[in-house]
Amino acid sequence: MFKTPDGKEIFVLDCHTHFWNGSPENQRNVHGKQFIDCFYAYHTGLSPKEQLWEKEKFEKQTVEQVYRDLFIDGPDDMAIIQSTYLKDFYKEGFSSIERSTQLAEVNPGRFIVNGSFDPRDGEKALEYIHYMKETFDIKGVKMYTAEWNGDSKGWKLTDPSAYKCFELCEKLGIKNIHVHKGPTIRPLSKDAFAVGDVDDAATDFLGLNWIIEHCGLPRLDDFCWIATQESNVYGGLAVALPFIHSRPRYFAEIISELLFWIGPEKILFGSDYAIWTPQWLVEKFWDFQIPEDIAQERGVQLTDEIKEKILGLNAARLYDIDVAAKRAELAQAPIRIAAE
Amino acid sequence: MGLPQIKGAQAREVWRRLGAVTDPELDEPITDMGFVERLEVRRGEVEIAFRLPTYWCSPNFAFLMADGIRRAALAPSWACAARVVLLDHCYAERVNAAVNGDQSFDAVFAEMSDGADLSELRETFREKAFLRRQEAVIRGLIAMGWTHAQITGLSLAGFDALNLSNQPEAAMQKPRYREILVADGLALLPDDPAFVTWRGDPLPSEELGDHLMRLRALRINMEFNGAMCRGLAAARYKEVDRSGEEPELIDFILGRVPPREQPASTYGASPDSPGHRG
Repeated sequence: MFKTPDGKEIFVLDCHTHFWNGSPENQRNVHGKQFIDCFYAYHTGLSPKEQLWEKEKFEKQTVEQVYRDLFIDGPDDMAIIQSTYLKDFYKEGFSSIERSTQLAEVNPGRFIVNGSFDPRDGEKALEYIHYMKETFDIKGVKMYTAEWNGDSKGWKLTDPSAYKCFELCEKLGIKNIHVHKGPTIRPLSKDAFAVGDVDDAATDFLGLNWIIEHCGLPRLDDFCWIATQESNVYGGLAVALPFIHSRPRYFAEIISELLFWIGPEKILFGSDYAIWTPQWLVEKFWDFQIPEDIAQERGVQLTDEIKEKILGLNAARLYDIDVAAKRAELAQAPIRIAAE
Repeated sequence: MGLPQIKGAQAREVWRRLGAVTDPELDEPITDMGFVERLEVRRGEVEIAFRLPTYWCSPNFAFLMADGIRRAALAPSWACAARVVLLDHCYAERVNAAVNGDQSFDAVFAEMSDGADLSELRETFREKAFLRRQEAVIRGLIAMGWTHAQITGLSLAGFDALNLSNQPEAAMQKPRYREILVADGLALLPDDPAFVTWRGDPLPSEELGDHLMRLRALRINMEFNGAMCRGLAAARYKEVDRSGEEPELIDFILGRVPPREQPASTYGASPDSPGHRG
């Protein structure tokens, strides 16, 4: 929970976190090394100096550290852990649902662990969705359309094999589909992170919520256009938010575009932990005001009421969380950290 | 992101020419971005090694830059051969084979970019650069209190006479905007409008607001890439960020000071003549 300077308690649901293992022992090849190095560069590039971590600490976190960063030092009430496998790069996967579930079980009620699947696996992907539902009762999945799989260097949400998976998700009540549409890892003209496929998938699956992580950046205009047309498309602030420190005016322009086009009900906070930690992000976000000239040009402002929605209330709605009940539950269960 | 060692007049000439090669996505000279790692000339043979901010940087941008570097290296009359080497990139081998003529450049590019045409891609980024530079100048004028009608009514001659000394970003982009404007034939005569669309259509003042919104969206996207690129480059090579520091002797030797103030074209009045409001 985040306490505002005037004492108001704000419910924080961090929609985009990971419990990864990018350590050299888990790297399968040079791609695995380059991938975590690239994340580390995001970390060093956009974090305030006093928040910088050693490389080794960044590559793999302990259970204790995660709880500390998110819930003790950090203001999160709850966090969604996304699964990202990258099996071609990491021996045991980059962040697996099994490992994240073990973390979540240390303090029940704090985490929502999302699954992931690769539609290119065909029938196996469908079986795997059943497995995740039955074993972990997942409410959402994270899609990584640029993941390599053998000769394939990416897929689209509109691929027939993907549609079969989404049909199954809808049937099983896995209704939150988080899609990484963000910084380019390997963009060609046929860009695996282009946002166009979201438009069709969201229209064809109105019963699913499509949460576009990183708001499609660097294709913010395309994303805004789609999210404005489609009632079930949301924008996740991960990666956009850290600019609030290094380039606040630039962040102001991004958030103004989002508020103008998609409105305050469809923007979701995400720290992208462990690339960044939620403590400084939430503090700076609460203090933030859009500069007058930008606010005037776009006719928007970031009020406290809007900030509260972005920090937690919007995501709580998507995950059927009764905020008052959840607060009462968490107040009864302070974080316990088992000895490592 | 330091500078390579440049020895000899021929190497200096190539270095200056490399200043016209931009990162297509950022619209900034590769020499300013610190991408060029080595530049050597021996008996008319030019060898240039360059490195991008990440192992994953888009291969088609790597292609465009490699191609631009090759052209710059071969431009001097004395240059008889050029070898361009992209370092530490997931497609380094393919890009290097293509750019150095071991394989057909166009064929390898088309194969890697799903049939896209290199010249189309180049055109796309030229348009982005044009619009981004245009926005910087127009925003400078707005900050100086110009009305939309004054801006859209400005002629090329009036543009050349602008004094933007209180608007550093606009002042920096002014000659760069003009370079594309004139080189691509979007404005030729002194009375031609200075601010037009990429298709060369004039901008009515009542449409300038919408036009600026589109330019802002374009800039947000490009700046995102730029910020990421700079952060990644700094982290990858753990090198000191020298931008914003006082120029050193090497900068003067290499003609890097001031790097962007020279008019890129000889047409028209001096770009820095005293102020004038259109």
